[in-house]
Amino acid sequence: MDLPSLLQYLITGLTVGATYGLTALGFTIIFNTTGIINFAQGEFVMLGGMMSVFFMRALGLPEPAAIALAVAGTTLLGALVERLAIRPVRDCPPINLVIITIGVSILIRGAAMLLWGKDTFALPPFSGSAPLPFLGAALMPQTLWVLAISLLILAGLKTFFARSIHGKAMLACSFDPKAAALVGIGVDRMVLLSFMISALVGAVGGAILAPITLTSFDVGVMLGLKGFAACILGGLGNPFGAAAGGLILGVLESLGAGLISSAYKDALAFVILLVLLFVRPSGLFGQKDGKRV
Amino acid sequence: MGYGRDMRWLCGLLVLLVLAPPLLGNNYYLTVLTMCCLNAMIAVGLSLLVGHAGQISLGHAGFYGLAAYTTAALSTTLGVPVGLSMLAGVGVTSGVAALVGLPALKLKGHYLAMATLGFGVILSILFNETVAVTGGPSGFTGIPRLSLFGVEFTSDLSVYYFIIAILGLVVWLSFNILHSRVGRALRALHTSEKAAQAMGIDIARYKLFIFIVSAAFAGLAGVLYAHYLTFIAPASFGFLFSVQLIVMVVLGGMTSVPGSIVGAFFLTVLPEFLRAFESIEILLFGGILVLCMMYLPDGLAGGFHRLWRLLGRLVYVRHSGEDNG
Repeated sequence: MDLPSLLQYLITGLTVGATYGLTALGFTIIFNTTGIINFAQGEFVMLGGMMSVFFMRALGLPEPAAIALAVAGTTLLGALVERLAIRPVRDCPPINLVIITIGVSILIRGAAMLLWGKDTFALPPFSGSAPLPFLGAALMPQTLWVLAISLLILAGLKTFFARSIHGKAMLACSFDPKAAALVGIGVDRMVLLSFMISALVGAVGGAILAPITLTSFDVGVMLGLKGFAACILGGLGNPFGAAAGGLILGVLESLGAGLISSAYKDALAFVILLVLLFVRPSGLFGQKDGKRV
Repeated sequence: MGYGRDMRWLCGLLVLLVLAPPLLGNNYYLTVLTMCCLNAMIAVGLSLLVGHAGQISLGHAGFYGLAAYTTAALSTTLGVPVGLSMLAGVGVTSGVAALVGLPALKLKGHYLAMATLGFGVILSILFNETVAVTGGPSGFTGIPRLSLFGVEFTSDLSVYYFIIAILGLVVWLSFNILHSRVGRALRALHTSEKAAQAMGIDIARYKLFIFIVSAAFAGLAGVLYAHYLTFIAPASFGFLFSVQLIVMVVLGGMTSVPGSIVGAFFLTVLPEFLRAFESIEILLFGGILVLCMMYLPDGLAGGFHRLWRLLGRLVYVRHSGEDNG
């Protein structure tokens, strides 16, 4: 194995891994405020890509405007999902809420199939497709976009949670919703906000990935799976762990595809994940939680 | 729920299922009903694991498929008699469940969900990629029909009756497990693992036991499925089917074996009914799922129970009204 091709796999892995990380961040944000795994997270990612394609083709918008509109639309949908399907039944056990999100994901996937058919679509790369040579490997400009935008989102979220009053309130909810409510935080509003931010982050991930991997109505299933795996790998509930988990998963997959076999790349990633879980039952960066009996 | 009541329920179910085919009349309905029974078999096992022991598995479609492929490969490629290959299919599935369950069941909650999910995905990739053994994405064809001790089940109806006999056995076993020491131990560890441990319950052993039992039930359904349809393809054993199985259990009513059967029947029949709506079928399916879960938090079983009580009260009120008048 020579260095340039190893570097190539690493670059590919980081690119895909960055979007897994964004999906995982979406899972983490909702998990932290509600304690549920949102199975519709992958559909938010799918919508980011598919709606961008749709707005470009059907309305003839320039690409940045189409993506902005797609992200806004998905964020709105995230809010709708929370208001219509989650809030009315907030007090149900988590497993019921999880099943509701499964139903929502079937609905969104079905609607996307009806609207846009079963074809695969491509979004044009943001700034051309001439590869840049980098230490003997080829670097696609889109890769730089993906990495830069992912970092930007990560930094944005970090500032939001550390500095803004809303961010701090959401963190408070994730520690203890009852205590948060007692100090005057509108927990309902924070849950709504968490769905919107998750949808936004997911949609951005979908839009920046679409030029590289193509998109269709059913990409959300696999992306959601990978995002969930990334969350668990990093330690559920830890945003930094989620992002790191995504990158690690992406690199593992790409190395597996390159060094062993592309047919088994997903299997390989999951085998490593399983082994890791058996060694570290609460993820790489997860806290071991001691519960009082 | 008392043991006697559970047994009466089981008898009622079996009578209904035995009487159903002549009423249906049509071969297509019989196929749907057979699929309902197979799915119910898996759902019952899963409800023991999820509803009673409080564990989760998002990999049961993998067990279902593993058993189906094992018996298919043994009986078709190697020419092993069907009865023996079916036994081997269930055996292999239980063995693999033990190997996976041993480390996986130490994990909790979402981590356990992830581990079983990952296992299911790995199996489904294997079904797709080991083309020489499984036939790959286009499927495994020419599996011999169900036959035991030289007697071949030639008609679909006879296979159906065999399958409901097995389903009856599975449900009977499940009720017996739940009403035994094991069942009480499972409920205890569901409530609190630490407390159960403090009472001297070997939680690791009980968790593993129920995991293997539920995998074996899925395996039973898998081998019957393979020899019933004589064709299997990886698409039937993917991640989405695992999710669907969990939905059956939760939608039916988590802590009730009858509930999981109702859930399995409901979720298997629903798409067939919705087929009449053609393109919006999937929208209706998703919508019904969301609405059921929102308005029937205890599942279909809980919903029926409430309806039953409501009816009972109406009848009671009318009776007492007559007495007074």
